[in-house]
Amino acid sequence: MRNLWIFINRYNAFFFFIIFFTIGLYLTVSNNSYQRSVAVNSTNEVVGKAYTNLNVLKKYLNLGDVNDSLASENAKLKTEVLALKKIDSAKNVVVKDSLSHSQYTYLAARVIKNSITLRNNIITINRGKADGLASGMAVISPGKGVVGYIRDVSDHLATISSLLHKDTKVSVTLKKNNALGTLVWGTKNSDFRKAYIKDVPNHFKIALKDTVVTSGFSSFPPGIPVGRVSNTGIATGDNFLTIEIELFNDFSTLQYVYVIKDKLAEEQKSLESKLPNEQ
Amino acid sequence: MNSKIILVNIFRWFLLLFIQIILLRNLSFYSLATPFVYVLFLLLLPFKIPNLLLYLIAFVTGLTLDAFYDTMGVHTAACVTLTFVRISFIAVTVNKDNFDEPEPTLGNMGFKWFSIYAALCISAHHLVLFFLETFRLTEFSYTLVRCLFSTLFTLFLIILIEFVFYNRKAR
Repeated sequence: MRNLWIFINRYNAFFFFIIFFTIGLYLTVSNNSYQRSVAVNSTNEVVGKAYTNLNVLKKYLNLGDVNDSLASENAKLKTEVLALKKIDSAKNVVVKDSLSHSQYTYLAARVIKNSITLRNNIITINRGKADGLASGMAVISPGKGVVGYIRDVSDHLATISSLLHKDTKVSVTLKKNNALGTLVWGTKNSDFRKAYIKDVPNHFKIALKDTVVTSGFSSFPPGIPVGRVSNTGIATGDNFLTIEIELFNDFSTLQYVYVIKDKLAEEQKSLESKLPNEQ
Repeated sequence: MNSKIILVNIFRWFLLLFIQIILLRNLSFYSLATPFVYVLFLLLLPFKIPNLLLYLIAFVTGLTLDAFYDTMGVHTAACVTLTFVRISFIAVTVNKDNFDEPEPTLGNMGFKWFSIYAALCISAHHLVLFFLETFRLTEFSYTLVRCLFSTLFTLFLIILIEFVFYNRKAR
C-alpha cells in the first residue's frame, strides 16, 4: 500500500492530468449532445452581462451599415405595401385565411456577441424565455439570408448556433429548378462568406449565379434568399452534387436579427413523431 | 512564494483573458490562423507551484474561456493538457535543486529554452483545442492545417510579447 502511494505521488502530474482531462472531455461531450444541462456559456448571467456592456460600445462602430440595411429593408417593404394597395377589393372577393397567413411571426433582437473565426460559432442575442423564445426556432438577418437556430435560452438572453457551426443544417432549394439540397458550412474552408449545398441530385443543371432560397422544410419559412452559386465543379466521389455558394448575409457585421416563431411547429412535430422512424 | 508574485499573476490573468476575449476573439487570418495568447499566463506561472494547484488554475482558466467562447469543456481540456506538457518538460530540462529563478520567462531562461518550451506547450494545447472543437475525423487534414498555422501565430505573438517585456536578470 505504501509503495502504491509512493508510486502515485511520484507520477502525480500524470494522474492529475488524467483526472482533469477526463472532466474536460466529459464537459465537451455532454455539451455536444442535445440535452445540455450545464449553463456555463454566454446565456449565463455574468458572461451575458459582460457581453451586453461591451456591445454598447461596439454597436456605434457599425451604425452606418445598420442604417443602410434598415433603410433598404424599409424601401422593400414600402414597395410591397404599394403593390398590395393596388388590389381592387371590389372585384376580387378574397377570403383571408388568418391562420396560414400569420403562421410565422417575427421578433427583432440585437446581437450582443458574435464570432466568425472558430469552427463552431455561436451568437448571443438579447431576447430570451421572457420574449417567448424556445430552442430550435429559426433566425434570419434583416437584409437577406439565414442566421441559424436558437440553441439555449435563459430568461433574457439566448444563444444561436449560427450557420457557421458544424451542427447547423438548413434545407434549401435552387430558385430556378427547385433542386433540393442541404446547406452546411466549413467542411473544406472556413471562409464566413462561403457555404456548401450538399446532396443535390446529379441530374440537375446548375448554372453560376443561380439564387438559392430556403425550402421551408426546416423551421425557416420558404423563399428566404440565402446566397448565389459560385462554384459547381466540386468533386465529391458520391452520387450527389456539392455546390459552393456565396452567402448574401455578412456574418462579420451582424447587428440585428429576426427570430421566427412558427405557430404550426408544435403541431407539425407531434404529427411527424407518429411516423415510424425511417432513419 | 511572496505576495508580489501572486499579485503579478492575478493581474496577468485578468489582462490576458481580457485581451483574448475582447480583441483576439475577433481576429484571424483567413480563418486559418487564430491566436490564443492567453496560454502565456499558464506558461509563466512560477516554478514552485505544486502540481495540483497548477492543474486547478489551468482548469479554472480554461472554464472561464469556455464560458466566453461558448465551447463547453474544449479550452478546459486543452489547458489541462498544456499543464501536463509543461510539468513534464520542466521536470526533464530544469534541475530544481540549485536553482533560484522564480518564473520561466524569456529573460530568465534564454531564448532557446523558452522557444522550445513555448512551442511544445502551445502545440499540445492547440492540437487538443482544434480536434475537440471539430470533433470529427472527416475534416482531419484541414483541422491539422488550421492547428499548425494557429500554433505558429500564437507562438509568434507570445515570443513578441516576451521580448517587449524583456528584463534580463544580471548574472
